[in-house]
Amino acid sequence: MRKTHGLLALLFLSLTVLSARAELTIEITHGVDNPTVIAVSPIESGQRILPEDISQIVSADLERSGLFQAIDRSNMLSFPRTSGEVYYRDWRVLGAQYLVYGNAERQQDGRIKVTFGLNEILGEKAVLSQVVYGTDGNIRDIAHYISDKVYEAITGIRGAFSTRIAYVTATPGRNNQLVYRLMVADADGARERMMLESREPLMSPTWSPDGKELAYVSFETGRPAVFRQRLNDATREQLTNFKGLNGAPAWSPDGRKMALVLSKDGNPEIYVLDMATRQFTRITNHFAIDTEPNWTPDGKALIFTSDRGGSPQIYKMVLATGAMERVTFRGSYNARPRLAPDGRTLVLVHRDGGQFHIASQDLISGDFRILTSTFLDESPTVAPNGAMLLYATKRGSKNLLAAVSIDAGVKFLLPSREGDVREPAWSPFLN
Amino acid sequence: MNLQNLKAVFLITVMSIFLAACSSTSTEDSAGDSAYGDGSAVGTGTAGDGSAYGEDLGAGGVDTVFYFEFDKAILRPEARAALDIHAQRLRGTSRQVRLEGHADERGTREYNMALGERRANAVKEYLVIQGVSSDNLEVISYGEERPAQLGSDEQSWSMNRRVEMK
Repeated sequence: MRKTHGLLALLFLSLTVLSARAELTIEITHGVDNPTVIAVSPIESGQRILPEDISQIVSADLERSGLFQAIDRSNMLSFPRTSGEVYYRDWRVLGAQYLVYGNAERQQDGRIKVTFGLNEILGEKAVLSQVVYGTDGNIRDIAHYISDKVYEAITGIRGAFSTRIAYVTATPGRNNQLVYRLMVADADGARERMMLESREPLMSPTWSPDGKELAYVSFETGRPAVFRQRLNDATREQLTNFKGLNGAPAWSPDGRKMALVLSKDGNPEIYVLDMATRQFTRITNHFAIDTEPNWTPDGKALIFTSDRGGSPQIYKMVLATGAMERVTFRGSYNARPRLAPDGRTLVLVHRDGGQFHIASQDLISGDFRILTSTFLDESPTVAPNGAMLLYATKRGSKNLLAAVSIDAGVKFLLPSREGDVREPAWSPFLN
Repeated sequence: MNLQNLKAVFLITVMSIFLAACSSTSTEDSAGDSAYGDGSAVGTGTAGDGSAYGEDLGAGGVDTVFYFEFDKAILRPEARAALDIHAQRLRGTSRQVRLEGHADERGTREYNMALGERRANAVKEYLVIQGVSSDNLEVISYGEERPAQLGSDEQSWSMNRRVEMK
């Protein structure tokens, strides 16, 4: 049996303050037709030393991917904690294809050591065994780490359970005036944390490629301006202060530049800001609206929305040559493009009749698919492993977040308990 | 990683948690301090704005809100009629006017920011042609962020695709 030692003492974990409850909860509305049946045996079945139930978090993570169906703990016949304790017959009768088990120990220095493994039931063999360390303060990180490893061992795709999401909420405050908040939470909605609160609109949050900063638009000065803010100490800096629009920030993949929209010269144009020299370079030059820039993963081109053809459509511009190409042709409204990490799958907002849906377009084959069927869908953001995307939608009069797999097979909602939630931004991998 | 390194990591972790606990910033707090003067945040459309500028733009029942079609920034005839009166009143004065452009909730937020600006610019250009100094006209777009009316129906949307003169 292969045995590797992982160490989970990641600095980013420390940025979060544990909160007792998550504002966002998950509601799976559609999973794949034949999910992999998995059992997560409780890591602590007897005396408990941990403040949270790691196995439940792992189980919920895997189910949320839509690819797995977890066996209920109450149906389990045994609770193995090591590979040697696994009686395969117990799991075959339950129809389990895989089993996750583990064991937690508190070490002398107070840290927690979790040994976990994954066994294949039909083949009766261990496929993964690891040790991970953490503290009482990052139990959820330990759990998401285990989920990532299990997901990757079974699907071959890197897990994104340890990532985060940023989003904006708008909640009526005193005198019914909206209070806007920039929030960051785990990818499952837990451990929500407020980064900024304002009585003026907050918009367009986006992550730096190292996952340590957010950029966004704030109206706190009475006008829109682009800010950047560090997650660990909340230090912030105003990057733009021009007349007119200051919006749609997007960090380049190497983090050295930021594409954004300014209308200081009369109408919305895309500029690139060099983060070191603070020089702005104008990229587009057209009397139409040019906005919502997004970088290709190689950093060589920008994909953006323009209505230069009479209606909003997606265009691509190669930065070195200025060569421009129209990308979308179906329908009269395609906007806010985001490229999946493969650099090939474009997701965007598409108007279909009177409805706005999230659609994907394969940049090589041209294959165009409408992925969502909810109402007024917007702001798609792709997970760093390319498997899922989050977007904002509307249910009744309420804005909420929803997720859909890139093949549209899996769908779930993340309803919030109060207020509107909008503009999700999925972080890059953080470890 | 040896034990010494782990201790260091743990310490940094604890410190960061402490820092994070103190770190949420609030623009609400700062709105009341001296950096923003009297605490009335820079003209964001409260009822008091008109008097701060000295003259009520809506005097005599002249429209100060102008409405638009979806994804369009073309002034309607009734808007032009009202703007003619505004232009007459404003010509030759130093009255500062803020033109706030808005969009309905449909479509993407940053595109709607651009659309709101385009609408406000349509009003500005009309006033400038009528002889109002462009130096006295400030254009701000709120996109779909500040709806006049909540609701996801044509009636609400039509009220939200607007430019407000303040």
